Amino acid sequence: MIVRILAEGQYTVPSSLLDELNSLDNQLVNSVASEDEAYFRSLYGQIISLVRSQGKELPVEELHPSDVIIPSEDVSFEEARSIFVGEGLLPG
Amino acid sequence: MGLVSRFTTVVKSKMNRLLDRAENPQETLDYAYERQLDSLRQVKQGLVEVTTAKRRLEYQAEKVKADIPKVEEQARQAMTLGREDLARISLQRKQAAILELDGLEQQIGGMELEQDKLAQAEKRLGAKVSAFRTQKELIKAQFTAAEASVRIGEALTGLSEEMADVGSAIDRAQSKTEELRARSAAIDELAEVGLLEDFTQLNDPVGRELAQLSSEQNVEQELQMLRRELPSGK
Repeated sequence: MIVRILAEGQYTVPSSLLDELNSLDNQLVNSVASEDEAYFRSLYGQIISLVRSQGKELPVEELHPSDVIIPSEDVSFEEARSIFVGEGLLPG
Repeated sequence: MGLVSRFTTVVKSKMNRLLDRAENPQETLDYAYERQLDSLRQVKQGLVEVTTAKRRLEYQAEKVKADIPKVEEQARQAMTLGREDLARISLQRKQAAILELDGLEQQIGGMELEQDKLAQAEKRLGAKVSAFRTQKELIKAQFTAAEASVRIGEALTGLSEEMADVGSAIDRAQSKTEELRARSAAIDELAEVGLLEDFTQLNDPVGRELAQLSSEQNVEQELQMLRRELPSGK
């Protein structure tokens, strides 16, 4: 599974990570909905470090679409408000 | 999962439009390649803009920094002349300058981050575009039109995603640069009306009064000296 961290690059991560990412995504949606910026920050730090630690950077000259795209580490709470809304479910 | 639908929809629909555009996939490949080169040019341009904005801020920070010892000296001079009121104004100006400097340094740090990000984005996109160019030529040479369009799909989607990513990095850098331009202009304006710098110039009331006081003091001292040179008792 390929995950892109915006403004950083793509990582190949084990597919088993999907559940964990999805659960963090749901919590992120909740933190944004309850306007809890501190909680959002801590969750976002977790999701980024999870991808970095479990993933392997995709060689820069390889061209693959990502399965998951997440915002850059320094995403603002303002930006997060327009991103982390709605259901954290599999598409389609 | 949600994250996928949150971000990839926009990229994929752009991609599909691109693929639908030309009936001949070979033309599509060339067109896509042109778009990628445009994207690369935009990153380079963005990098230039960020660098320019950062330099301007650094220049302003240097000027504010140079003012701090000047106003300190002014305060000291005022105290020597027994003018605590003028010393107080100078010290207030020093505090304002320190605050300004802090703000500027933070902004410079922020710009540095943007600069790094864009430089990395440029490197990444450059590598991907050249990989795409190789694949494109290979595919054009080896496959029929119908096969080529399938083969290139993934590479093109991957690259479009990269371009969208770089595009959003450029947008962010540009909006930050705009904010900084506005701030720079505001600082220049303050400087023009003499609120931030030129404290030590004669058109500044505090500086003028201090200069006047110290020249009066010099006159008194010279008078004393002249008095002492006079033959005594006459």
